[in-house]
Amino acid sequence: MARAATTQRKIVVTTAAWIVGLLIFFPILWTILTSFKTEGDAIAFPPSLFPPHWTLENYFEVQSRSDYFRHFVNSVVISIGSTVLALLIAVPAAWAMAFSPTPKTRDIMMWMLSTKMMPAVGVLVPIYLIFRTLGLLDNVWGLMVILMLMNLPIVVWMLYTYFKEIPVDILEAARMDGATLGKELVYVLVPMAVPGIASTMLLNVILAWNEAFWTLNLTAARAAPLTAFIASYSSPEGLFWAKLSAASTLAIAPILVLGWISQKQLVRGLTFGAVK
Amino acid sequence: MKLFPVIAGAFLVALASSASAETLTIATVNNGDMILMQKLTDDFTTANPDIQLQWVTMEENVLRQKVTTDIATKGGQYDVLTIGTYEVPIWTKQGWLVPLDNLGADYDVDDLLPAIRGGLSMDGKLYAAPFYGESSMVMYRKDLMEKAGLTMPDAPTWDFIRQAADAMTDRAAGINGVCLRGKAGWGENMAFLTAMSNSFGARWFDETWTPQFDQPEWKDTLSFYVDMMKADGPEGSSSNGFNENLALFQQGKCGMWIDATVAASFVTGKDSTVADKVGFALAPDKGLGKRGNWLWAWSLAVPAGSQKVEAAEKFIAWATSKHYAELVASKEGWANVPPGTRTSLYANPNYQAAAPFAKMTLDSINSADPTHPTVKPVPYVGVQFVAIPEFAGIGMTVGQLFSAALAGQSSVDDALKQAQDVTMREMQKAGYL
Repeated sequence: MARAATTQRKIVVTTAAWIVGLLIFFPILWTILTSFKTEGDAIAFPPSLFPPHWTLENYFEVQSRSDYFRHFVNSVVISIGSTVLALLIAVPAAWAMAFSPTPKTRDIMMWMLSTKMMPAVGVLVPIYLIFRTLGLLDNVWGLMVILMLMNLPIVVWMLYTYFKEIPVDILEAARMDGATLGKELVYVLVPMAVPGIASTMLLNVILAWNEAFWTLNLTAARAAPLTAFIASYSSPEGLFWAKLSAASTLAIAPILVLGWISQKQLVRGLTFGAVK
Repeated sequence: MKLFPVIAGAFLVALASSASAETLTIATVNNGDMILMQKLTDDFTTANPDIQLQWVTMEENVLRQKVTTDIATKGGQYDVLTIGTYEVPIWTKQGWLVPLDNLGADYDVDDLLPAIRGGLSMDGKLYAAPFYGESSMVMYRKDLMEKAGLTMPDAPTWDFIRQAADAMTDRAAGINGVCLRGKAGWGENMAFLTAMSNSFGARWFDETWTPQFDQPEWKDTLSFYVDMMKADGPEGSSSNGFNENLALFQQGKCGMWIDATVAASFVTGKDSTVADKVGFALAPDKGLGKRGNWLWAWSLAVPAGSQKVEAAEKFIAWATSKHYAELVASKEGWANVPPGTRTSLYANPNYQAAAPFAKMTLDSINSADPTHPTVKPVPYVGVQFVAIPEFAGIGMTVGQLFSAALAGQSSVDDALKQAQDVTMREMQKAGYL
């Protein structure tokens, strides 16, 4: 009886999980399928899920019109660069907050998080002027810095949560064995927090890859990543939905593959410490 | 052994040539004509090997936001800007644009259509060169019109449009008598409604900049639009912009569509299921002397402070020249030449033969007057917009109110009252009142 109930429950939960998963994935699936339709089929009503006439024409058109590879390289450099920069700052910061807190630590963390509540457009003009003065407009270094700043609060918060799970006794033991602060961080803390750091890194890469406000506003031609590549196919006067879908598919494909490959680490890291 | 000097020499030559070449960064919109220009730039770079071109293509609203930020802060990211007739008078007043004085002896500036040239000039100086121009007109299904027992005049009235819409609507067959813009936005539903209101005798502001939404002309305009769309428009029309209506028309679900003249080539193109059944007419009027058509031109301009004015003007002269029209015609056919900028194009028999909508497009453009857009006098320039910096924000808000009235979320009276209050408040805040 109990076994039947458990099996039944498993089926219900699995079915529900599949439905939710498919619902979440459906817009991406629709985009991918639309990219293989003709422009006429893409706007047909009622719409068909599968293309009546499969075509690769949109991909050829996108390739001939835009330099996908240049945008792709910029996206890789910007997302990985901003993540590395963020980790370099966030690991020591999160260590200090987790293992050497002061009465104001919690306030500082809340203040860091509150910066995420401000709409980005509110600081567009000052940031633009600073970038112009420093010669960082349309520059991958400038984008790395701004995306690092945008994501830093989340990175610090996530790392803080993981570090809190590590017993402080282990760090103290390392100190008693004569480890310096640097060695304690590099040889003791980081190896123990690898799943957390890896998932933080992955999440930050995804956030930076998909960021579309700063990457659109602070770039022109040289440093433009894939977000600018997609934006160049949107038009209020003219039907380019199939081409836009092809461009979007090309833009999300690398991050989708990365997420797929690393989903185990990602889930493990995100649920780290969720159940005690 | 002798390879090294050869490689080193080649490297130095490459370095020298790249150092001497000037790179122009061109910000442009994503539409068919602009994309075609990108494909044809070899013609320019071959004739001007010292100039290289770098394209930044964007969606219209993104482009507007980026180039406005750049030019206002003197960011200097772009050497050539693609801007519309709304921006040109405002930016010229701000001193943000370079006058285009050196387009070359053979440019023939007098060949530009007077209405378009007027919208891009100040004190007799051209500040942006038109790449393509458009107005709005009626596109209709000849077969459905015939079935309804009606004949579309070349210059219809709004009353005829309503009569035809009622007669053509066939809900069972999925035919909507008329498809019009309903999506909120100053360049979306408000472009259509502002142009329409001009023909109804309405205006945004009187001579003292007092908003006029509380006047009967606006009530007539909005009531007519909402009533007709409810009776004969497509379902969910408050979300429809150019693309949605184009899709409906191409699939044979609209009897009439009043929108940009640039759509003529789309509704008669290969993706249209009704390509051979489309007729064209001027935008409607109400017998008051103004038609409900707008005027727009995507134009190329050079930002003030640019270090590459000479090269930029060379490029602009090429892209907006008669030679470019001939180049497009030779590669893509006359029907694909950017329309609405030069008188000579419309006198060309090849173009007339290839573009059945040519005459109607020219007549529509010529009938729009951005300097005297309304029946009553106004203190502003612009047919479907008011060329003041505050208009984009006010137009968006009013567009949302009118879109809500179309969706049935508020009454016409409520929408107009709120539009009046909002506009009054914004104009007071901006110091006009």
